[in-house]
Amino acid sequence: MNNLLWLVPALPFAGFLILALAGKQLSRVWVAMIGAGSVSLSAIVVLIIGISFLSQPPANGNYSQTLWTWMQVAGFNPKITLFLDALSLVFVFVITFIGALIHIYSVAFMADDKDYSRFFACMNLFVFSMLLLVLADNLLLLYLGWEGVGLCSYLLIGFWYENPANGYAARKAFIITRVGDTAMAIGLFVIFYQFGTLAIPDVLAKAPVLWHQGAQMATITALLLLAGGVGKSAQLPLQTWLPDAMAGPSPVSALIHAATMVTAGVYLIARMHIIFQLSPIAQMIVAVIGAATLFIAGFSALTQYDIKRVLAYSTISQIGYMFLALGVGAWTAAIFHFMIHAFFKALLFLAAGAVIETLHHEHNMFKMGGLKNKLPVIFWTFLIGSASLAALPLISAGFYSKDQILWYAWASESGNPLLWFIALLGAFITAAYTARMMILVFWGEAKTEIGHHPGKLMTVPLIILAFFSLFAGFIELPHNFGHLTLFSNLLHQVLPEAVLKAGMNTELQFQILAFLSTFGGIYLAYIFYYKQPQRIEKLKQSGFVMNLYLFWFSGWGFDKLYNVLIVNPVVFIANINKSDVVDKLYQGITFVTIRLYRFLSFTQSGSLRWYIMGLVIGAIIILSIQIML
Amino acid sequence: MKSSISIEMVMLLAGLLFVLGIAGVIIRKNIIFMLLSVEVMLNASGLAFVAAGSRWAQPDGQVMFIFILAMAAAEVSIGLALILQIYHQHKSLDIDKLKEMKG
Repeated sequence: MNNLLWLVPALPFAGFLILALAGKQLSRVWVAMIGAGSVSLSAIVVLIIGISFLSQPPANGNYSQTLWTWMQVAGFNPKITLFLDALSLVFVFVITFIGALIHIYSVAFMADDKDYSRFFACMNLFVFSMLLLVLADNLLLLYLGWEGVGLCSYLLIGFWYENPANGYAARKAFIITRVGDTAMAIGLFVIFYQFGTLAIPDVLAKAPVLWHQGAQMATITALLLLAGGVGKSAQLPLQTWLPDAMAGPSPVSALIHAATMVTAGVYLIARMHIIFQLSPIAQMIVAVIGAATLFIAGFSALTQYDIKRVLAYSTISQIGYMFLALGVGAWTAAIFHFMIHAFFKALLFLAAGAVIETLHHEHNMFKMGGLKNKLPVIFWTFLIGSASLAALPLISAGFYSKDQILWYAWASESGNPLLWFIALLGAFITAAYTARMMILVFWGEAKTEIGHHPGKLMTVPLIILAFFSLFAGFIELPHNFGHLTLFSNLLHQVLPEAVLKAGMNTELQFQILAFLSTFGGIYLAYIFYYKQPQRIEKLKQSGFVMNLYLFWFSGWGFDKLYNVLIVNPVVFIANINKSDVVDKLYQGITFVTIRLYRFLSFTQSGSLRWYIMGLVIGAIIILSIQIML
Repeated sequence: MKSSISIEMVMLLAGLLFVLGIAGVIIRKNIIFMLLSVEVMLNASGLAFVAAGSRWAQPDGQVMFIFILAMAAAEVSIGLALILQIYHQHKSLDIDKLKEMKG
């Protein structure tokens, strides 16, 4: 099965090449077949490889396939090597499997778009880059995939480029993630400088030898890598691009800005976990960033009226949970939450896309309502996705993954009560905004007439994703009931186990608190948006509440802050320099030359006697100089 | 035969002739007269060469004078041809009317 590995990224890449080169000549059916087919085939190959990986685990814990040597410069010879271990298997599975479902959904969703082939070409290129990112054996190849997904994200956010706002959102996403990417590139330089190699297994093996626990270089490297992850994963302080990234089509939001690309930062930190373990400070910063982000994004999600922006903020918030888990050393919990989150968030985005499509491109939740009976399939799948997002106890997959993170935030060695409390508060807010979204969209009276119903191609992926959003959690059960650890057993081949504080065995109390926070959040939304909506009107009377609402609505004013701190000064300087200050010197030289030329051209009078006068005067001057000296 | 005229006097005469020639070139309007004035200047320099040659008893001065004569002949023939052409084109020999080359 080892030698099949190259097919996994090659198939989407072939799809991209065909669609990019010949997409205009192909009929829509063929474009759909190639676009969705290549990713589906890739998913099947992953299933085959995955089954063989699980049934007969390779001796050294990984499959690796070297395709060719990329370059060879003075001892630096990165190879194009694909490397599959338990961690990348989870990511590859999620990328290809959810990617295939989203591609199938897009066949119907994008059916009326005039740039059908461009859409699928970009999507295939994205899947290829993302696979390269997680399968890369060295950091340089990983960086290639990393930049590739950034490019595709840019192309797809600005997919409907006729609207200048979409182009603006695309540029914003590209430039803000670039800040993190630059830091990450510097991190790679540092790693190469220290280890003389970029191959991930070598770096991870040499790091504990070269650096002692808490070494300064380890902290610097970890923080630089973290900056890259923060940019890509839309965490504080580089989170502002993700809500605007919702300008792209809904399948793009589902695949790139919820399920896969934005979790690249989580993958990077998990992959380089040894470096982070060497630096407790950097790991603490990861946890704090995660906690702060999940808190801030949760409150922002509570105030949005655009359904996709609610989901965007909830994505930021959920990735915050993953960072929190990484930060407290619960590596497997973070990856588990990544997988579950990918299922339910892709489901929510696709279902939201279907709702938006059916309601004639209406994004405003306050203009939806009453869809419960009109769109039963969407309603039930959306309900399941929401239950998972809100971590509805026992029946939803999200409960099992989030409960783990909450537990480790308290009980792990580097966890502390404050992190746990913020995470718990985050869970409460998550439940509240999820319930608010459900109530506004599906209950109440219908405010917009529905158009055509979504077809089979759109509903079947929803149902499959809903199935996983419900049942994927059962592969990993808390140890006080069930105690099933299939998923973490698999990942412990790669990632270390979380170390618990001494005397921690009362997980039940925390689960009860998590129950209460979820139901409390749902109850809050139920009171305010269903039972007694007049309370909201009453709240709106108060100036303080309105200000707080606007503050949260604008994402805690980060956009404004960056405008004042960075954008405006740059624009100001650019305006000053509009006429090129540096060029002034050279413009001065030409100016003087032109003036002199104009002046001297008067002597070219065409009058012979003036020329002779000039000659004579010149001769006299030279002679007199000669005589005088 | 011993010369009774000093070299200074001859040089003064040559200089005088040269200045007269230049003055003629500058102030005359008619091109033919300008050409004549140029001939005067050439002869002034020729005189200076001959006088200098006899002063130091060298043949170079006379050699230079023969060069100048040959050059003057060539110059006059080309100059006259140009003047003919100018007259054909402009129907005038007034130098002040020929300012086509004005920068």
